[in-house]
Amino acid sequence: MLRDEDRVFRNLYGLEDWRLEGARRRGIWSDTKELLARGRDAIIDEMKKSDLRGRGGAGFPAGLKWSFMPKQSTGKPAYLVVNADESEPGTCKDRDILRYDPHMLVEGCVVAGFAMGTVAAYIYVRGEFYNEAQSLQAAIDEAYAAGLVGRNACGSGWDIDVYVHRGAGAYICGEETALLESLEGKKGMPRMKPPFPAAAGLYGCPTTVNNVETIAVAPTILRRGAAWWAGLGRPKNTGTKLFCISGHVNKPCNVEEEMGIPLKELIERHAGGVRGGWDNLLAIIPGGSSVPLLPKSVCDTVLMDFDSLREVRSGLGTAAVIVMDKSSDIVGAIARLSHFYMHESCGQCTPCREGTGWMYRTMLRLVEGNAEAEEIGILEEVTRQVEGHTICALGDAAAWPIQGLIRHFRPELERRIAVHRAAKPMAAE
Amino acid sequence: MSETHADTGPAEFSFSPETRARADAIIARYPAGRQASAVIALLDLAQRQSGGWLPRAAMDHVGQVLDMAPIRVYEVATFYTMFNLKPVGRHHVQVCRTTPCWLRGADKLTETCQRKLGIGLKERTADGQFSLVEVECLGACVNAPVVQINDDYYEDLDPRRIEALLDALARGERPAIGSQSGRQGSAPDGPRTTLLKAGE
Repeated sequence: MLRDEDRVFRNLYGLEDWRLEGARRRGIWSDTKELLARGRDAIIDEMKKSDLRGRGGAGFPAGLKWSFMPKQSTGKPAYLVVNADESEPGTCKDRDILRYDPHMLVEGCVVAGFAMGTVAAYIYVRGEFYNEAQSLQAAIDEAYAAGLVGRNACGSGWDIDVYVHRGAGAYICGEETALLESLEGKKGMPRMKPPFPAAAGLYGCPTTVNNVETIAVAPTILRRGAAWWAGLGRPKNTGTKLFCISGHVNKPCNVEEEMGIPLKELIERHAGGVRGGWDNLLAIIPGGSSVPLLPKSVCDTVLMDFDSLREVRSGLGTAAVIVMDKSSDIVGAIARLSHFYMHESCGQCTPCREGTGWMYRTMLRLVEGNAEAEEIGILEEVTRQVEGHTICALGDAAAWPIQGLIRHFRPELERRIAVHRAAKPMAAE
Repeated sequence: MSETHADTGPAEFSFSPETRARADAIIARYPAGRQASAVIALLDLAQRQSGGWLPRAAMDHVGQVLDMAPIRVYEVATFYTMFNLKPVGRHHVQVCRTTPCWLRGADKLTETCQRKLGIGLKERTADGQFSLVEVECLGACVNAPVVQINDDYYEDLDPRRIEALLDALARGERPAIGSQSGRQGSAPDGPRTTLLKAGE
């Protein structure tokens, strides 16, 4: 188990003061000027050495992403945009950073923004997090008053502004280019890539979009060193991670643990175990609603990191662990997710706009077993037609939970169809 | 996405001086000429000033302030689910319906609200005190099931707790927000497994 000394998020549960004074006691802002004095290249190099992978779901190497920003001014300002549009079902980790340790994020904005030569950081907070945005704004105000952000931030000679930007309810804005559209005052519809944001992002200027947790851990990595971070977890899956454990566990919670912790240990040690015991487990969605579920047989041994979960055809995603015990209506649970994706499709691409509704309606019938056995195969085929045929990954995210259900619970789908058929009067005979 | 309403509200709307000052401060966060970036924030301010929903005149006023064509403002107002295009109750009850909350009894919360308030989904009580909707994932999943009422989250609910919550609101009280089971934030119930010295 991760030692408390190695935890980055010391106020995850809000037991301590989240304001500047409390933040300073936890070491935040302690030597930011010295960190910046190392220079842009040294900071990015250290981040690369840490092998930190982005915490928003895709797991792209953070240092490498930072290095894509122009080294010399292009004549346009550059921007850092922080994705705090936390909306992936199961996920509620960034919320705790925003409300209980917002200075970690604000300091991260200064450090990351400096390393990438940005003039400003916009933190896009999902609209529903009204109180969290208030705390974040209060932290930013404190940081301005203390000279930590704004002109000559931390006495570094670098000017950087940090702003809160609230959304208004749209999961799609968690997709980075939809987020940029929204930030520009438009509907949140994803853009075609390329150009990538590092070339043409916010207002057509060089932009990097990072998740809250990615930015918040950066100063600690720089302080304690890439070697310390890389010594935690497994190769290419380094460091610590915030896990959100929801569903049928005795004690749902958020917890910071080492990457690569066995899923079973994570649940039994921190979440009080599966309701009714481990043997009462049916399935787990290990990384937020978009990743395929895992049956108990895989959950018994799988490790919680990007590459381990990819090997079992799922993903770490946002590390949001949704636990379902044997009392669960597993088909209904996935149908709920299908409803979610139908509701959240922006409507721009036909396969997603039409496909998410079609998949949901079919899933609804499968909950009741009101379908023909061949329709399972047709549904699977439709998910393949949606997947990979849209501008953004929402279509994939809608397809994968259903694919996981069919892969691991096909007999349950067939059983429901058989039960439904048996209950029907034999009209034809 | 949100529904439009035949009643488009009052013919006139403009920001109060205080709200206008807040709007100007928000516009100043964006580069010159990029004032459209403030559209969500200004629509939110307009919705608050209008009692929780967006009359047509309020959207038009935002368009004027930001020098945006009305259609661009309507596009935004209809795209984002937090903008209400018809009147809502003084307490706008939003029950999270997505899987993590559903696994822990979200349906029972919805049923309890419907029975207690005597209204269906997307409806408002006759006295204008409450309106009820289901929403997708609110992002507080380890404290499921949750509801959002206006700006505040109420977590770790069950039918008995949400009844008590609605009663308190009806009496004009402001119940403590957050977990209704009394636990701290997203920490596990009972003894902590990590951060053992936190808060000492």
